[in-house]
Amino acid sequence: MADIENDQIPTVVVDGVDIVYRVNGTGAGKGSATAALNRMLRRGQVEKAAGVRKVHAVKNVSFVAYKGEAIGLIGTNGSGKSTLLKAVAGLLPVENGRIYTDGQPSLLGVNAALMNDLTGERNVHLGGLAMGMSREQVRDRYQEIVDFSGINEKGDFITLPMRTYSSGMAARLRFSIAAAKDHDVLLIDEALATGDRSFQKRSEQRIRELRKHAGTVFLVSHSNKSIRDTCDRVLWLERGELRMDGPTDEVLAAYEDFTGGPDKAKPQPKVAA
Amino acid sequence: MSQVLDTPPPTAPPADDDLSALAARHGLTVSGARPSLPDYVRQLWARRHFITAFSTAKLTAQYSQAKLGQVWQVMTPLLNAAVYYFIFGVLLGTKRNVPDYVPFLVTGVFIWTFTQSSIMAGTRAISGNLGLVRALHFPRAALPISFALQQLQQLLFSMAALVVILLCFGVPIAASWLLAVPALVLQSVFNAGVSMIMARMGAKTPDIAQLMPFVLRTWMYVSGVMWSIDKLAKGHHDWPSWVVPVLQANPAAIYIDLMRYSLIDSFHGSQLPHHVWAIAVGWALVAGIGGFIYFWKAEETYGRG
Repeated sequence: MADIENDQIPTVVVDGVDIVYRVNGTGAGKGSATAALNRMLRRGQVEKAAGVRKVHAVKNVSFVAYKGEAIGLIGTNGSGKSTLLKAVAGLLPVENGRIYTDGQPSLLGVNAALMNDLTGERNVHLGGLAMGMSREQVRDRYQEIVDFSGINEKGDFITLPMRTYSSGMAARLRFSIAAAKDHDVLLIDEALATGDRSFQKRSEQRIRELRKHAGTVFLVSHSNKSIRDTCDRVLWLERGELRMDGPTDEVLAAYEDFTGGPDKAKPQPKVAA
Repeated sequence: MSQVLDTPPPTAPPADDDLSALAARHGLTVSGARPSLPDYVRQLWARRHFITAFSTAKLTAQYSQAKLGQVWQVMTPLLNAAVYYFIFGVLLGTKRNVPDYVPFLVTGVFIWTFTQSSIMAGTRAISGNLGLVRALHFPRAALPISFALQQLQQLLFSMAALVVILLCFGVPIAASWLLAVPALVLQSVFNAGVSMIMARMGAKTPDIAQLMPFVLRTWMYVSGVMWSIDKLAKGHHDWPSWVVPVLQANPAAIYIDLMRYSLIDSFHGSQLPHHVWAIAVGWALVAGIGGFIYFWKAEETYGRG
Protein backbone atom coordinates (compact mmCIF):
# COMPACT_ATOMS: atom_id res chain seq x y z
CA MET A 1 0.00 0.00 0.00
CA ALA A 2 2.75 2.38 0.99
CA ASP A 3 4.43 2.42 -2.43
CA ILE A 4 1.13 3.22 -4.14
CA GLU A 5 0.74 6.24 -1.92
CA ASN A 6 4.25 7.38 -2.71
CA ASP A 7 3.87 7.74 -6.44
CA GLN A 8 0.17 8.60 -6.54
CA ILE A 9 -1.32 11.78 -5.20
CA PRO A 10 -4.89 11.41 -3.96
CA THR A 11 -7.24 14.21 -4.97
CA VAL A 12 -10.53 12.89 -3.61
CA VAL A 13 -10.86 10.61 -0.58
CA VAL A 14 -14.33 9.31 0.21
CA ASP A 15 -14.42 7.66 3.61
CA GLY A 16 -17.46 5.58 4.57
CA VAL A 17 -20.03 8.06 3.29
CA ASP A 18 -23.79 7.81 3.83
CA ILE A 19 -26.17 10.31 2.27
CA VAL A 20 -29.75 10.51 3.44
CA TYR A 21 -32.54 12.67 2.03
CA ARG A 22 -35.41 13.56 4.35
CA VAL A 23 -38.76 14.16 2.71
CA ASN A 24 -41.49 15.93 4.66
CA GLY A 25 -45.20 15.44 4.19
CA THR A 26 -45.33 11.81 3.18
CA GLY A 27 -47.66 10.78 5.99
CA ALA A 28 -48.15 7.05 5.66
CA GLY A 29 -51.47 6.94 3.83
CA LYS A 30 -53.31 9.19 6.25
CA GLY A 31 -55.03 12.43 5.40
CA SER A 32 -52.18 14.89 5.06
CA ALA A 33 -53.45 17.55 7.48
CA THR A 34 -53.97 15.12 10.36
CA ALA A 35 -50.67 13.47 9.59
CA ALA A 36 -48.94 16.83 9.77
CA LEU A 37 -50.65 17.61 13.08
CA ASN A 38 -49.60 14.23 14.34
CA ARG A 39 -46.06 15.01 13.34
CA MET A 40 -46.06 18.23 15.33
CA LEU A 41 -47.61 16.67 18.43
CA ARG A 42 -45.42 13.62 18.50
CA ARG A 43 -42.17 15.38 17.83
CA GLY A 44 -39.12 13.48 18.98
CA GLN A 45 -40.71 10.14 18.36
CA VAL A 46 -39.60 7.86 15.57
CA GLU A 47 -39.37 9.98 12.44
CA LYS A 48 -41.01 7.32 10.33
CA ALA A 49 -44.14 7.41 12.45
CA ALA A 50 -44.15 11.17 12.14
CA GLY A 51 -44.46 11.11 8.35
CA VAL A 52 -40.87 12.08 7.53
CA ARG A 53 -39.49 9.60 5.06
CA LYS A 54 -35.81 8.95 4.86
CA VAL A 55 -34.30 8.06 1.54
CA HIS A 56 -30.94 6.41 1.99
CA ALA A 57 -29.39 7.41 -1.31
CA VAL A 58 -25.76 6.41 -0.74
CA LYS A 59 -24.66 3.73 1.71
CA ASN A 60 -21.19 3.41 3.19
CA VAL A 61 -19.18 4.21 0.07
CA SER A 62 -15.39 4.49 0.27
CA PHE A 63 -12.83 5.07 -2.45
CA VAL A 64 -9.73 7.10 -3.25
CA ALA A 65 -9.29 8.96 -6.52
CA TYR A 66 -5.81 9.89 -7.68
CA LYS A 67 -4.45 12.69 -9.80
CA GLY A 68 -4.73 12.04 -13.52
CA GLU A 69 -7.51 9.49 -13.23
CA ALA A 70 -10.71 9.62 -15.23
CA ILE A 71 -13.34 7.74 -13.26
CA GLY A 72 -16.68 6.64 -14.63
CA LEU A 73 -19.72 6.25 -12.41
CA ILE A 74 -22.25 3.73 -13.64
CA GLY A 75 -25.40 2.17 -12.27
CA THR A 76 -29.08 1.92 -13.09
CA ASN A 77 -31.37 4.93 -12.63
CA GLY A 78 -31.73 6.04 -9.04
CA SER A 79 -28.64 4.23 -7.83
CA GLY A 80 -27.12 7.34 -6.26
CA LYS A 81 -24.58 8.39 -8.88
CA SER A 82 -25.56 12.03 -9.15
CA THR A 83 -26.07 12.26 -5.40
CA LEU A 84 -22.56 10.99 -4.76
CA LEU A 85 -21.20 13.45 -7.29
CA LYS A 86 -22.94 16.36 -5.55
CA ALA A 87 -21.57 15.27 -2.20
CA VAL A 88 -18.04 15.18 -3.61
CA ALA A 89 -18.64 18.71 -4.84
CA GLY A 90 -19.57 19.66 -1.28
CA LEU A 91 -23.11 20.57 -2.32
CA LEU A 92 -24.94 17.90 -0.34
CA PRO A 93 -24.13 17.30 3.31
CA VAL A 94 -23.18 13.73 4.24
CA GLU A 95 -24.93 11.86 7.03
CA ASN A 96 -21.93 9.76 8.10
CA GLY A 97 -18.31 9.61 7.04
CA ARG A 98 -16.17 12.25 5.39
CA ILE A 99 -15.20 13.39 1.93
CA TYR A 100 -11.75 14.95 1.59
CA THR A 101 -10.79 16.85 -1.54
CA ASP A 102 -7.84 18.69 -2.98
CA GLY A 103 -9.19 22.16 -3.68
CA GLN A 104 -12.77 22.72 -4.69
CA PRO A 105 -14.27 20.13 -7.05
CA SER A 106 -16.82 21.63 -9.40
CA LEU A 107 -19.89 20.15 -10.91
CA LEU A 108 -20.19 20.92 -14.59
CA GLY A 109 -23.56 22.62 -14.68
CA VAL A 110 -25.06 26.04 -14.27
CA ASN A 111 -28.76 25.57 -15.06
CA ALA A 112 -30.07 26.64 -11.70
CA ALA A 113 -28.50 30.10 -11.82
CA LEU A 114 -30.01 31.05 -15.16
CA MET A 115 -33.30 32.91 -15.54
CA ASN A 116 -35.66 32.24 -18.39
CA ASP A 117 -36.98 35.79 -18.45
CA LEU A 118 -33.58 37.28 -19.15
CA THR A 119 -31.77 37.50 -22.45
CA GLY A 120 -29.19 34.90 -23.37
CA GLU A 121 -26.57 37.62 -23.15
CA ARG A 122 -27.35 38.46 -19.53
CA ASN A 123 -27.55 34.77 -18.68
CA VAL A 124 -24.03 34.24 -19.97
CA HIS A 125 -22.81 36.92 -17.58
CA LEU A 126 -24.92 35.68 -14.69
CA GLY A 127 -23.93 32.05 -15.18
CA GLY A 128 -20.25 32.90 -15.45
CA LEU A 129 -20.34 34.94 -12.25
CA ALA A 130 -22.31 32.19 -10.50
CA MET A 131 -19.55 29.71 -11.32
CA GLY A 132 -17.07 32.03 -9.67
CA MET A 133 -15.52 33.68 -12.71
CA SER A 134 -14.54 37.32 -12.41
CA ARG A 135 -16.26 39.99 -14.49
CA GLU A 136 -13.16 40.30 -16.67
CA GLN A 137 -13.00 36.55 -17.28
CA VAL A 138 -16.65 36.52 -18.30
CA ARG A 139 -16.11 39.45 -20.64
CA ASP A 140 -13.07 37.76 -22.23
CA ARG A 141 -14.87 34.47 -22.72
CA TYR A 142 -18.22 35.96 -23.78
CA GLN A 143 -17.76 35.75 -27.54
CA GLU A 144 -16.25 32.28 -27.24
CA ILE A 145 -19.27 31.04 -25.27
CA VAL A 146 -21.78 32.49 -27.71
CA ASP A 147 -19.91 31.13 -30.73
CA PHE A 148 -19.60 27.71 -29.19
CA SER A 149 -23.29 27.52 -28.39
CA GLY A 150 -24.13 28.35 -31.99
CA ILE A 151 -27.13 30.33 -30.74
CA ASN A 152 -26.53 33.11 -33.25
CA GLU A 153 -26.27 30.80 -36.26
CA LYS A 154 -29.95 31.33 -37.04
CA GLY A 155 -30.15 35.04 -36.28
CA ASP A 156 -29.55 37.33 -33.36
CA PHE A 157 -31.06 35.10 -30.67
CA ILE A 158 -28.64 35.94 -27.90
CA THR A 159 -30.43 39.25 -27.25
CA LEU A 160 -33.81 37.50 -26.83
CA PRO A 161 -35.10 36.16 -23.51
CA MET A 162 -34.20 32.52 -22.91
CA ARG A 163 -37.86 31.56 -22.63
CA THR A 164 -38.15 32.12 -26.37
CA TYR A 165 -35.47 29.51 -27.13
CA SER A 166 -36.26 26.00 -28.24
CA SER A 167 -35.34 23.41 -25.62
CA GLY A 168 -32.34 22.34 -27.69
CA MET A 169 -31.05 25.89 -28.02
CA ALA A 170 -31.44 26.51 -24.28
CA ALA A 171 -29.59 23.28 -23.49
CA ARG A 172 -26.78 24.28 -25.83
CA LEU A 173 -26.39 27.67 -24.24
CA ARG A 174 -26.41 26.13 -20.74
CA PHE A 175 -23.73 23.64 -21.67
CA SER A 176 -21.62 26.33 -23.33
CA ILE A 177 -21.72 28.50 -20.21
CA ALA A 178 -20.97 25.58 -17.91
CA ALA A 179 -18.04 24.40 -20.02
CA ALA A 180 -16.40 27.82 -20.15
CA LYS A 181 -14.47 27.39 -16.92
CA ASP A 182 -11.46 25.16 -16.20
CA HIS A 183 -11.55 23.05 -13.05
CA ASP A 184 -9.11 21.08 -10.86
CA VAL A 185 -11.45 18.25 -10.02
CA LEU A 186 -14.18 18.07 -12.60
CA LEU A 187 -17.50 16.30 -12.13
CA ILE A 188 -19.53 15.71 -15.26
CA ASP A 189 -23.10 14.50 -15.50
CA GLU A 190 -23.13 13.54 -19.13
CA ALA A 191 -26.80 14.26 -19.57
CA LEU A 192 -25.49 17.78 -20.14
CA ALA A 193 -24.26 16.98 -23.60
CA THR A 194 -27.50 17.48 -25.46
CA GLY A 195 -28.51 19.14 -28.68
CA ASP A 196 -28.28 18.07 -32.27
CA ARG A 197 -25.60 15.77 -33.65
CA SER A 198 -23.13 18.50 -34.61
CA PHE A 199 -23.42 20.12 -31.20
CA GLN A 200 -22.95 16.76 -29.47
CA LYS A 201 -19.68 16.27 -31.31
CA ARG A 202 -18.52 19.72 -30.34
CA SER A 203 -19.43 19.17 -26.68
CA GLU A 204 -17.66 15.80 -26.57
CA GLN A 205 -14.61 17.56 -27.90
CA ARG A 206 -14.96 20.24 -25.23
CA ILE A 207 -15.32 17.66 -22.46
CA ARG A 208 -12.10 16.02 -23.68
CA GLU A 209 -10.34 19.40 -23.51
CA LEU A 210 -11.68 20.06 -20.04
CA ARG A 211 -10.45 16.64 -18.96
CA LYS A 212 -6.96 17.42 -20.17
CA HIS A 213 -6.81 20.52 -17.95
CA ALA A 214 -8.44 18.93 -14.92
CA GLY A 215 -6.50 16.84 -12.42
CA THR A 216 -9.21 14.26 -11.86
CA VAL A 217 -12.44 13.71 -13.74
CA PHE A 218 -15.62 11.97 -12.66
CA LEU A 219 -18.09 11.13 -15.38
CA VAL A 220 -21.66 9.96 -14.83
CA SER A 221 -23.01 8.34 -17.94
CA HIS A 222 -25.47 5.76 -19.15
CA SER A 223 -23.51 5.28 -22.33
CA ASN A 224 -21.05 2.44 -21.82
CA LYS A 225 -19.34 3.55 -24.99
CA SER A 226 -18.47 7.00 -23.74
CA ILE A 227 -17.33 5.52 -20.41
CA ARG A 228 -15.09 3.11 -22.32
CA ASP A 229 -13.75 5.93 -24.48
CA THR A 230 -12.90 8.28 -21.67
CA CYS A 231 -12.42 6.45 -18.37
CA ASP A 232 -9.69 4.14 -17.11
CA ARG A 233 -11.45 3.26 -13.88
CA VAL A 234 -15.12 2.67 -13.12
CA LEU A 235 -17.20 2.74 -9.95
CA TRP A 236 -20.45 0.80 -10.13
CA LEU A 237 -23.16 1.96 -7.74
CA GLU A 238 -26.29 -0.06 -7.22
CA ARG A 239 -29.00 0.93 -4.71
CA GLY A 240 -26.57 3.35 -3.14
CA GLU A 241 -23.91 0.73 -2.51
CA LEU A 242 -20.53 0.55 -4.19
CA ARG A 243 -20.87 -2.76 -5.98
CA MET A 244 -17.62 -2.76 -7.85
CA ASP A 245 -14.53 -0.60 -8.28
CA GLY A 246 -11.93 -1.47 -10.88
CA PRO A 247 -10.54 -1.12 -14.41
CA THR A 248 -13.10 -0.10 -17.00
CA ASP A 249 -13.21 -3.39 -18.94
CA GLU A 250 -13.77 -5.63 -15.92
CA VAL A 251 -16.48 -3.50 -14.35
CA LEU A 252 -18.28 -2.81 -17.61
CA ALA A 253 -18.32 -6.52 -18.45
CA ALA A 254 -19.95 -7.30 -15.12
CA TYR A 255 -22.36 -4.40 -15.51
CA GLU A 256 -23.40 -5.51 -18.96
CA ASP A 257 -24.11 -9.00 -17.59
CA PHE A 258 -26.20 -7.39 -14.88
CA THR A 259 -28.23 -5.17 -17.19
CA GLY A 260 -28.56 -7.87 -19.83
CA GLY A 261 -26.55 -7.84 -23.06
CA PRO A 262 -23.60 -5.64 -24.04
CA ASP A 263 -24.20 -1.95 -24.39
CA LYS A 264 -27.82 -1.77 -25.25
CA ALA A 265 -28.18 1.20 -22.98
CA LYS A 266 -28.40 4.32 -25.07
CA PRO A 267 -27.45 7.63 -23.49
CA GLN A 268 -30.68 8.33 -21.70
CA PRO A 269 -32.07 11.81 -21.73
CA LYS A 270 -32.16 13.04 -18.19
CA VAL A 271 -34.32 15.89 -17.00
CA ALA A 272 -32.02 18.65 -15.86
CA ALA A 273 -32.43 19.57 -12.22
CA MET B 1 -22.22 -11.22 -6.89
CA SER B 2 -20.19 -11.96 -3.79
CA GLN B 3 -17.16 -13.04 -5.77
CA VAL B 4 -17.28 -9.76 -7.64
CA LEU B 5 -17.30 -7.83 -4.42
CA ASP B 6 -14.29 -9.80 -3.25
CA THR B 7 -12.20 -8.92 -6.29
CA PRO B 8 -9.66 -6.41 -5.02
CA PRO B 9 -9.57 -3.42 -7.35
CA PRO B 10 -6.07 -2.38 -8.45
CA THR B 11 -6.22 0.98 -6.74
CA ALA B 12 -7.97 -0.46 -3.71
CA PRO B 13 -8.27 2.07 -0.92
CA PRO B 14 -6.64 1.23 2.41
CA ALA B 15 -8.88 0.13 5.24
CA ASP B 16 -11.45 2.71 6.32
CA ASP B 17 -9.66 4.03 9.38
CA ASP B 18 -6.57 4.79 7.27
CA LEU B 19 -8.47 6.98 4.83
CA SER B 20 -8.62 10.05 7.02
CA ALA B 21 -4.89 9.64 7.76
CA LEU B 22 -4.18 9.38 4.02
CA ALA B 23 -6.20 12.51 3.38
CA ALA B 24 -4.42 14.37 6.17
CA ARG B 25 -1.00 13.30 4.86
CA HIS B 26 -1.70 14.81 1.46
CA GLY B 27 -3.25 17.95 2.84
CA LEU B 28 -6.76 17.31 1.57
CA THR B 29 -9.58 19.27 3.16
CA VAL B 30 -13.07 18.14 4.06
CA SER B 31 -15.42 18.84 1.16
CA GLY B 32 -18.27 21.17 1.99
CA ALA B 33 -16.84 22.07 5.39
CA ARG B 34 -17.68 25.45 6.84
CA PRO B 35 -14.87 27.97 6.22
CA SER B 36 -13.62 30.14 9.06
CA LEU B 37 -15.38 33.47 9.51
CA PRO B 38 -12.60 35.60 7.93
CA ASP B 39 -12.36 33.16 5.00
CA TYR B 40 -16.10 33.29 4.63
CA VAL B 41 -16.09 37.08 4.48
CA ARG B 42 -13.31 36.91 1.89
CA GLN B 43 -15.21 34.41 -0.27
CA LEU B 44 -18.32 36.52 -0.03
CA TRP B 45 -16.40 39.61 -1.09
CA ALA B 46 -14.98 37.71 -4.06
CA ARG B 47 -18.55 36.98 -5.13
CA ARG B 48 -19.76 40.57 -4.86
CA HIS B 49 -20.27 40.86 -8.62
CA PHE B 50 -22.40 37.75 -8.59
CA ILE B 51 -24.48 39.19 -5.73
CA THR B 52 -25.18 42.43 -7.58
CA ALA B 53 -25.73 40.70 -10.94
CA PHE B 54 -28.13 38.21 -9.35
CA SER B 55 -30.20 40.88 -7.60
CA THR B 56 -30.41 43.08 -10.70
CA ALA B 57 -31.34 40.05 -12.81
CA LYS B 58 -34.12 39.11 -10.38
CA LEU B 59 -35.41 42.67 -10.41
CA THR B 60 -35.42 42.86 -14.20
CA ALA B 61 -36.97 39.42 -14.63
CA GLN B 62 -39.86 40.44 -12.40
CA TYR B 63 -41.64 42.63 -14.95
CA SER B 64 -40.12 41.33 -18.17
CA GLN B 65 -43.40 39.72 -19.30
CA ALA B 66 -45.48 42.86 -18.71
CA LYS B 67 -46.23 45.17 -21.64
CA LEU B 68 -45.29 48.27 -19.67
CA GLY B 69 -42.13 46.50 -18.51
CA GLN B 70 -39.97 48.37 -16.04
CA VAL B 71 -42.58 51.15 -15.69
CA TRP B 72 -44.18 48.87 -13.10
CA GLN B 73 -41.17 49.41 -10.84
CA VAL B 74 -42.58 52.89 -10.17
CA MET B 75 -46.27 52.14 -10.80
CA THR B 76 -46.52 49.40 -8.15
CA PRO B 77 -45.45 51.56 -5.19
CA LEU B 78 -47.63 54.45 -6.40
CA LEU B 79 -50.69 52.22 -6.63
CA ASN B 80 -49.89 50.81 -3.19
CA ALA B 81 -49.78 54.29 -1.75
CA ALA B 82 -53.06 55.19 -3.46
CA VAL B 83 -54.83 52.19 -1.92
CA TYR B 84 -53.56 52.97 1.57
CA TYR B 85 -54.53 56.63 1.13
CA PHE B 86 -58.04 55.60 0.12
CA ILE B 87 -58.49 53.30 3.13
CA PHE B 88 -56.75 55.21 5.90
CA GLY B 89 -57.04 58.77 4.63
CA VAL B 90 -60.50 58.81 3.04
CA LEU B 91 -62.49 55.95 4.61
CA LEU B 92 -61.11 55.92 8.15
CA GLY B 93 -60.08 59.55 8.29
CA THR B 94 -56.83 58.93 10.17
CA LYS B 95 -55.44 62.08 8.56
CA ARG B 96 -57.28 64.42 10.93
CA ASN B 97 -54.50 64.07 13.49
CA VAL B 98 -51.46 64.21 11.24
CA PRO B 99 -50.25 67.15 9.17
CA ASP B 100 -49.05 66.31 5.64
CA TYR B 101 -50.83 63.00 5.94
CA VAL B 102 -50.21 61.74 2.41
CA PRO B 103 -46.41 62.19 2.49
CA PHE B 104 -46.46 60.79 6.04
CA LEU B 105 -48.37 57.68 4.94
CA VAL B 106 -46.52 57.08 1.70
CA THR B 107 -43.10 57.35 3.35
CA GLY B 108 -44.25 54.89 6.01
CA VAL B 109 -45.61 52.42 3.47
CA PHE B 110 -42.51 52.48 1.26
CA ILE B 111 -40.01 52.16 4.09
CA TRP B 112 -42.05 49.43 5.72
CA THR B 113 -42.43 47.54 2.44
CA PHE B 114 -38.64 47.52 2.11
CA THR B 115 -38.21 45.75 5.45
CA GLN B 116 -41.21 43.50 4.91
CA SER B 117 -40.24 42.24 1.48
CA SER B 118 -36.58 41.81 2.46
CA ILE B 119 -37.63 39.57 5.32
CA MET B 120 -40.09 37.61 3.19
CA ALA B 121 -37.54 37.15 0.42
CA GLY B 122 -34.92 36.20 3.02
CA THR B 123 -37.16 33.51 4.49
CA ARG B 124 -37.29 31.82 1.11
CA ALA B 125 -33.73 32.67 0.10
CA ILE B 126 -32.38 29.17 0.74
CA SER B 127 -35.53 27.03 0.76
CA GLY B 128 -36.74 28.57 -2.51
CA ASN B 129 -33.40 28.23 -4.27
CA LEU B 130 -32.38 24.69 -3.39
CA GLY B 131 -31.63 24.01 -7.04
CA LEU B 132 -29.03 26.74 -7.05
CA VAL B 133 -27.64 25.73 -3.66
CA ARG B 134 -27.29 22.12 -4.79
CA ALA B 135 -25.73 22.92 -8.15
CA LEU B 136 -23.13 25.58 -7.52
CA HIS B 137 -20.57 26.41 -4.93
CA PHE B 138 -20.64 29.87 -3.38
CA PRO B 139 -21.00 31.32 0.11
CA ARG B 140 -24.69 30.89 0.80
CA ALA B 141 -24.97 34.28 2.47
CA ALA B 142 -24.82 35.62 -1.08
CA LEU B 143 -28.47 34.64 -1.50
CA PRO B 144 -30.17 36.51 1.38
CA ILE B 145 -27.87 39.50 0.82
CA SER B 146 -28.68 39.47 -2.86
CA PHE B 147 -32.42 39.42 -2.14
CA ALA B 148 -32.08 42.29 0.33
CA LEU B 149 -30.16 44.19 -2.34
CA GLN B 150 -32.92 43.52 -4.84
CA GLN B 151 -35.42 45.05 -2.41
CA LEU B 152 -33.14 48.05 -1.91
CA GLN B 153 -33.07 48.63 -5.66
CA GLN B 154 -36.83 48.33 -5.69
CA LEU B 155 -37.02 50.88 -2.87
CA LEU B 156 -34.88 53.33 -4.85
CA PHE B 157 -37.52 53.30 -7.57
CA SER B 158 -40.14 53.90 -4.89
CA MET B 159 -38.10 56.77 -3.50
CA ALA B 160 -38.11 58.42 -6.92
CA ALA B 161 -41.90 58.16 -6.87
CA LEU B 162 -41.90 59.46 -3.30
CA VAL B 163 -39.98 62.59 -4.27
CA VAL B 164 -42.63 63.35 -6.89
CA ILE B 165 -45.41 62.85 -4.32
CA LEU B 166 -43.63 65.05 -1.78
CA LEU B 167 -43.23 67.88 -4.25
CA CYS B 168 -46.86 67.54 -5.41
CA PHE B 169 -48.05 67.92 -1.83
CA GLY B 170 -45.92 71.00 -1.29
CA VAL B 171 -43.22 69.58 0.96
CA PRO B 172 -40.18 71.83 0.42
CA ILE B 173 -36.80 70.45 -0.60
CA ALA B 174 -34.51 70.76 2.40
CA ALA B 175 -30.95 69.98 3.43
CA SER B 176 -32.35 67.39 5.83
CA TRP B 177 -33.21 65.20 2.82
CA LEU B 178 -29.55 64.18 2.87
CA LEU B 179 -30.22 62.38 6.16
CA ALA B 180 -32.25 59.90 4.14
CA VAL B 181 -28.99 58.37 2.89
CA PRO B 182 -27.53 57.25 6.25
CA ALA B 183 -31.01 56.19 7.37
CA LEU B 184 -31.36 53.98 4.28
CA VAL B 185 -27.89 52.51 4.72
CA LEU B 186 -28.65 51.56 8.33
CA GLN B 187 -32.01 50.10 7.38
CA SER B 188 -30.45 48.05 4.58
CA VAL B 189 -27.89 46.56 6.97
CA PHE B 190 -30.67 45.76 9.42
CA ASN B 191 -32.80 44.16 6.69
CA ALA B 192 -29.92 42.08 5.33
CA GLY B 193 -29.17 40.85 8.86
CA VAL B 194 -32.77 39.84 9.56
CA SER B 195 -32.96 38.23 6.10
CA MET B 196 -29.99 36.03 6.98
CA ILE B 197 -31.56 35.00 10.30
CA MET B 198 -34.82 34.17 8.54
CA ALA B 199 -32.98 32.39 5.72
CA ARG B 200 -31.39 29.97 8.17
CA MET B 201 -34.67 29.38 9.98
CA GLY B 202 -36.57 29.04 6.71
CA ALA B 203 -33.98 26.58 5.38
CA LYS B 204 -34.52 24.31 8.39
CA THR B 205 -38.29 24.81 8.69
CA PRO B 206 -39.87 25.96 5.42
CA ASP B 207 -43.21 26.33 7.26
CA ILE B 208 -41.98 29.65 8.61
CA ALA B 209 -42.67 31.17 5.22
CA GLN B 210 -46.37 30.47 5.81
CA LEU B 211 -46.27 32.06 9.24
CA MET B 212 -44.29 35.20 8.41
CA PRO B 213 -47.08 37.19 6.68
CA PHE B 214 -49.05 37.19 9.95
CA VAL B 215 -46.06 38.16 12.06
CA LEU B 216 -45.16 40.89 9.59
CA ARG B 217 -48.70 42.29 9.43
CA THR B 218 -48.84 42.54 13.21
CA TRP B 219 -45.45 44.20 13.20
CA MET B 220 -46.65 46.68 10.59
CA TYR B 221 -49.65 47.78 12.67
CA VAL B 222 -47.61 48.35 15.82
CA SER B 223 -44.92 50.28 13.96
CA GLY B 224 -46.99 53.32 13.08
CA VAL B 225 -46.93 52.90 9.32
CA MET B 226 -50.41 54.43 8.89
CA TRP B 227 -50.60 56.53 12.03
CA SER B 228 -48.35 58.40 14.35
CA ILE B 229 -47.53 56.38 17.46
CA ASP B 230 -47.50 59.37 19.84
CA LYS B 231 -50.86 60.61 18.52
CA LEU B 232 -52.26 57.13 19.02
CA ALA B 233 -51.03 57.05 22.60
CA LYS B 234 -52.92 60.25 23.42
CA GLY B 235 -56.17 58.37 22.85
CA HIS B 236 -55.12 55.58 25.24
CA HIS B 237 -54.26 57.15 28.58
CA ASP B 238 -54.71 53.79 30.30
CA TRP B 239 -51.62 52.35 28.56
CA PRO B 240 -48.65 51.69 30.89
CA SER B 241 -45.91 54.26 30.44
CA TRP B 242 -43.44 51.85 28.83
CA VAL B 243 -45.65 50.98 25.85
CA VAL B 244 -45.00 54.06 23.72
CA PRO B 245 -41.17 54.09 24.14
CA VAL B 246 -41.06 50.38 23.31
CA LEU B 247 -43.25 50.82 20.23
CA GLN B 248 -41.14 53.77 19.12
CA ALA B 249 -37.84 51.95 19.66
CA ASN B 250 -38.79 48.96 17.51
CA PRO B 251 -36.55 48.96 14.45
CA ALA B 252 -39.30 49.37 11.86
CA ALA B 253 -40.69 52.44 13.64
CA ILE B 254 -37.19 53.86 14.08
CA TYR B 255 -36.31 53.66 10.38
CA ILE B 256 -39.74 54.87 9.27
CA ASP B 257 -39.67 57.88 11.61
CA LEU B 258 -36.10 58.73 10.68
CA MET B 259 -37.09 58.85 7.01
CA ARG B 260 -40.15 61.01 7.81
CA TYR B 261 -37.99 63.30 9.90
CA SER B 262 -35.50 63.77 7.07
CA LEU B 263 -38.04 64.25 4.28
CA ILE B 264 -41.12 65.95 5.75
CA ASP B 265 -40.73 69.43 7.22
CA SER B 266 -43.81 69.17 9.46
CA PHE B 267 -42.49 66.02 11.13
CA HIS B 268 -40.43 67.42 13.99
CA GLY B 269 -37.50 66.01 15.89
CA SER B 270 -39.64 66.11 19.04
CA GLN B 271 -41.69 63.23 17.63
CA LEU B 272 -38.60 61.02 17.55
CA PRO B 273 -37.53 58.99 20.60
CA HIS B 274 -34.36 60.07 22.42
CA HIS B 275 -31.03 58.84 20.99
CA VAL B 276 -32.79 57.86 17.77
CA TRP B 277 -29.60 57.63 15.68
CA ALA B 278 -27.87 55.56 18.35
CA ILE B 279 -30.81 53.15 18.38
CA ALA B 280 -30.83 53.01 14.58
CA VAL B 281 -27.11 52.21 14.48
CA GLY B 282 -27.54 49.70 17.30
CA TRP B 283 -30.30 47.77 15.53
CA ALA B 284 -28.29 47.72 12.31
CA LEU B 285 -25.16 46.40 14.03
CA VAL B 286 -26.96 43.82 16.17
CA ALA B 287 -29.00 42.46 13.27
CA GLY B 288 -26.25 42.80 10.66
CA ILE B 289 -23.37 41.20 12.55
CA GLY B 290 -25.52 38.83 14.61
CA GLY B 291 -27.48 37.70 11.55
CA PHE B 292 -24.32 37.12 9.53
CA ILE B 293 -22.69 34.99 12.22
CA TYR B 294 -25.91 33.10 12.88
CA PHE B 295 -26.24 32.34 9.17
CA TRP B 296 -22.59 31.33 8.79
CA LYS B 297 -22.84 28.88 11.72
CA ALA B 298 -25.08 26.60 9.64
CA GLU B 299 -23.33 27.18 6.29
CA GLU B 300 -22.51 23.50 5.66
CA THR B 301 -26.09 22.31 6.27
CA TYR B 302 -27.84 24.36 3.57
CA GLY B 303 -29.09 22.17 0.78
CA ARG B 304 -30.15 19.20 2.89
CA GLY B 305 -33.75 18.11 2.95
